Amino acid sequence: MTVTESPFAGGIVGQARLRKEDPALLTGEARYIDDLQLTGALWVACVRSPHAHARITGIDTSEALATDGVVAVYTGEDLAAAWAAPLPCAWPVTDDMKNPAHHPVAQGKANYAGDIVAVVVATSRYAAADGLEGVVVDYEPLDAVVTIEDAESDRVVIHDDCGTNISYDWALVPDPDAVDAAFADAAHHITETYVHQRLIPAPMEPRGVAAVPAPHNGDITLYSSTQIPHVLKVMAALTLGLPEQKVRVVAPSVGGGFGCKLDVYAEEIICMALALRHGVAVRWTEGRTEAATATIQGRAQRQTIELAADADGKLLAVRATLLADMGAYLQLVTPGVPLLGAFLYHGLYDVPAYAFTCRSVFTNLTPTDAYRGAGRPEATYAIERAMDTLGVAVGVGPDEIRSRNFIPTEKFPYDSPAGLTFDSGNYQPTLDRAKELVDWDGRRAEQADRRAAGSRTHLGLGISSYVEMCGLAPSRTLAALNYGAGGWESATVRILPTCKVEVVTGTTPHGQGHETCWSMIVADRLGVDPDDVEVLHSDTAITPLGMDTYGSRSLAVGGTALWMATEKVVDKARTIAAHMLEASESDLDFAGGTFSVKGSPDKEVPLAAVAFGAFTAHDLPDDVEPNLEAQVTWDPGNFVFPFGTHIAVVEVDEDTGAVELVDYAAVDDCGNQINPLIVEGQIHGGIVQGVAQALWEDAAYDEDGQCRAANLADYLVPSAAELPAMKLDHTVTPSNSNPMGVKGIGEAGTIAATPAVINAVVDALRPMGITDIAMPASPMRVRRAIEATQGGAS
Amino acid sequence: MIPATVGYERADSAEAAVAALVEHGDEAKLLAGGQSLVPLMKLRLATPSMLVDVGGLTDLSGVSVDGDEVRIGALTTHSALEHSAELAAACPLLAHVASVVGDPAVRHRGTLGGSLAHADPASDLPAAVLALGGTLVASGPGGTRDIAATDFFTGFLESDLGPDELLTEIRVPVSTGGWSYQKFNRRAQDWAIVGAMVAEGGAGVSLVNMASTPMRAAGVEAAIAGGGSAADAAATAADGTDPPTDNNGDADYRAHLARVLTERALSAAGVA
Repeated sequence: MTVTESPFAGGIVGQARLRKEDPALLTGEARYIDDLQLTGALWVACVRSPHAHARITGIDTSEALATDGVVAVYTGEDLAAAWAAPLPCAWPVTDDMKNPAHHPVAQGKANYAGDIVAVVVATSRYAAADGLEGVVVDYEPLDAVVTIEDAESDRVVIHDDCGTNISYDWALVPDPDAVDAAFADAAHHITETYVHQRLIPAPMEPRGVAAVPAPHNGDITLYSSTQIPHVLKVMAALTLGLPEQKVRVVAPSVGGGFGCKLDVYAEEIICMALALRHGVAVRWTEGRTEAATATIQGRAQRQTIELAADADGKLLAVRATLLADMGAYLQLVTPGVPLLGAFLYHGLYDVPAYAFTCRSVFTNLTPTDAYRGAGRPEATYAIERAMDTLGVAVGVGPDEIRSRNFIPTEKFPYDSPAGLTFDSGNYQPTLDRAKELVDWDGRRAEQADRRAAGSRTHLGLGISSYVEMCGLAPSRTLAALNYGAGGWESATVRILPTCKVEVVTGTTPHGQGHETCWSMIVADRLGVDPDDVEVLHSDTAITPLGMDTYGSRSLAVGGTALWMATEKVVDKARTIAAHMLEASESDLDFAGGTFSVKGSPDKEVPLAAVAFGAFTAHDLPDDVEPNLEAQVTWDPGNFVFPFGTHIAVVEVDEDTGAVELVDYAAVDDCGNQINPLIVEGQIHGGIVQGVAQALWEDAAYDEDGQCRAANLADYLVPSAAELPAMKLDHTVTPSNSNPMGVKGIGEAGTIAATPAVINAVVDALRPMGITDIAMPASPMRVRRAIEATQGGAS
Repeated sequence: MIPATVGYERADSAEAAVAALVEHGDEAKLLAGGQSLVPLMKLRLATPSMLVDVGGLTDLSGVSVDGDEVRIGALTTHSALEHSAELAAACPLLAHVASVVGDPAVRHRGTLGGSLAHADPASDLPAAVLALGGTLVASGPGGTRDIAATDFFTGFLESDLGPDELLTEIRVPVSTGGWSYQKFNRRAQDWAIVGAMVAEGGAGVSLVNMASTPMRAAGVEAAIAGGGSAADAAATAADGTDPPTDNNGDADYRAHLARVLTERALSAAGVA
């Protein structure tokens, strides 16, 4: 399909409307897991290994059992029979991938600091916490594997049943000879190695679980602060050996996820098992320290990227090699994260030859998994850092080297060297506009002036142009990547007798604003007020079909299903309206909520009358069922490929090493926009998370595998005070992957921002001979790099 | 993040608070703004058996200028100091330092007396009172006593305050000479990685987070008193320090920062 103009005619889509979700969130009326009132619920507290790697040689629960309010204490062995299967990994990327058994409560051995070794069940959260202090665990500490290099060496093999720390090797090398030939002929051969530190997702609401057994029938409801109630329902049933139809999963208000709630966690399965065992509700609320160490972390990769280019800097080939840290176990999609970036190490540049290989290893650290961008920030970082290096080698600026290599607009849809088809793109205007927004030429002149004057506050400019693949995902593509599920999405549109509308969506918003955007899409087409559209979601009893929210998929896939279901309802309404007007369906126009006969403007019937007629069913055409309702499940034929250019301007204080972000411009293209206010919000938040990786956040571990940043004083999530007002603009290049011409925007800011900032820092310091700064670019790191160029310490 | 069980008494006078401390002994802790104690309790790093809440003692709150001295009630919040016109006129350094503690929520709850009694070398206000040459007034079972700020901080999170004593008042000299606080951190809300404070044109210089206690930079003060330049004085800033190592910096980097920030503070305070 080809979209040439906006398919929206109702005047509602495109408005910067305030979010209908916000009044409840801002006034505290929203109900999160910890707000649920569950009379008689028992509370769980988890005894977690303080050691990164240790044998469990004994557990004495007697003192805990004697603590007021403690009802029971369970060890891994006590609950071994409760699991029908280990915790699930849904993405066995290769047939021979090593996947160690990961039980909700460890048996015999703890494999990271935070691994659950016993659980305390008590009548209150406070009693459960008191009980924790009474569980005495005897550990025999083992050598901890902390670095990916140590892991790869197999000096210590973490999982005996795997026999090695290497989980898998995976390669995407469509034409190895072409790559070799390109490097053999290259005038410029750039080789760079970068490290992505571990990151803690840190949503405002930590995780929380409440499992509520029904009084009969074996039914159980799991309330969880999750992004994936639908996936969780299937996985919980399989892990516990429960009939799937007996399990209901509800995600109430969810205070952010960023991928860390795209998972099936031990605490969810433990609470369900104990709720069934005790016959009462069992709940658990995560503490912030647990959120830092027992919830999945992100990134944790070492990447080597090589560029082959001709004398003018035109790229001939890109070759990337990854070593990725899985952590102690494979969580739901852990092994797939590198693959989500594997196709994008050539960025948005026209490159004839391409090679990507990846090795993934186990360490004695918290498991990693998808974190905002998942694979694509890593890929973008590598190519965008390396492009700056190439520009220096060729002797042109970072803007020019990019312009020389952008995929030309006339090549879209573009068959990429990695085997994808990019839907649409027009890259140069985003670079041009971003340069305008930061006054590129003026800043370059200022930079030169400062250098000439010997200023010790150095200015740096950094560009990051990006393309990403999102809208996960075409099910057949997922099959080719060995993913264990499909990528479709479902929606139902139901027009009620009073012409109010219910939308049932399989997406699971946790901050994105689906209620607002989905109601705008429907209202735009039906000619109703968006406030008269109720969006139902996140409860498998209400919305049984869904694949949930992650990977910037909700609008491109779920929104499209909704758009199609709306069209289907309009078609049915048209049939009924034609019957009411005694006209032919093909003679009817539908606009502004009214069906009218072409050429006879007085012959019309409002949708409300059609809806009521469909409800009463007193006079429907033959073969037309009562009511106006339609359901669509849509499987996309392709990904969508948003793109853009971000530019960061930094000041680096030579004496302290402090980096200040003084200006930031972002020009993004996500195709047609439903609600520009929400697009801006996603970009703002995404940029902050990307800048945070560049300058602040670091889940640093010591040599014993202890996290040195397991709280929000040491883990530096930035605040508004650290950031400049961002300058945003956009271009609109509709996608042809879906009928609305939309792309995703939830991850774009995070993908783009990190290399923009580091490129700016390096740009500031390049005259001193500095070509790289490890992330995060802390003041001490920057200062040390400067001192090293000055031949010693200050 | 769940504190252990703790007893609670609300004191209705300073005398009653002291009596409660005497009654409950070492296991009792005073609760003022709770911005340091409560987080420690939630992590079970502090497990007092009794909290004596002095938060309601409004007579221990307020700023007044008495001749050449500023008298500040121990329960005056950072926010009150930050917004006190009297303090801004009589001792602008202290008003400014109060404005850079933590974040607005912390500043609305945290108190000057609480911050001093907690004796955190990474906190801003103890170093300010130290640089200003302030005096702390403690009330105990035997009456009140004055403690010079220079004698108050005895170790990491330790002070000269007895377990049965309550800080009631802080006095600092009226000080309008050249001053500056150079607080270096990575986020606005954070503790200083290193801080350098200058009062009265260099007569008082103190350092934040450079030892187990807030400390005066005696070498810098002596150099300034001897007519040395800001650069020469600042070169001695790390002398006699024992800075910590953490995620944000090792001891060497902190020593370097101390010299850089002290020179900047002296310059900003008008010392050539």
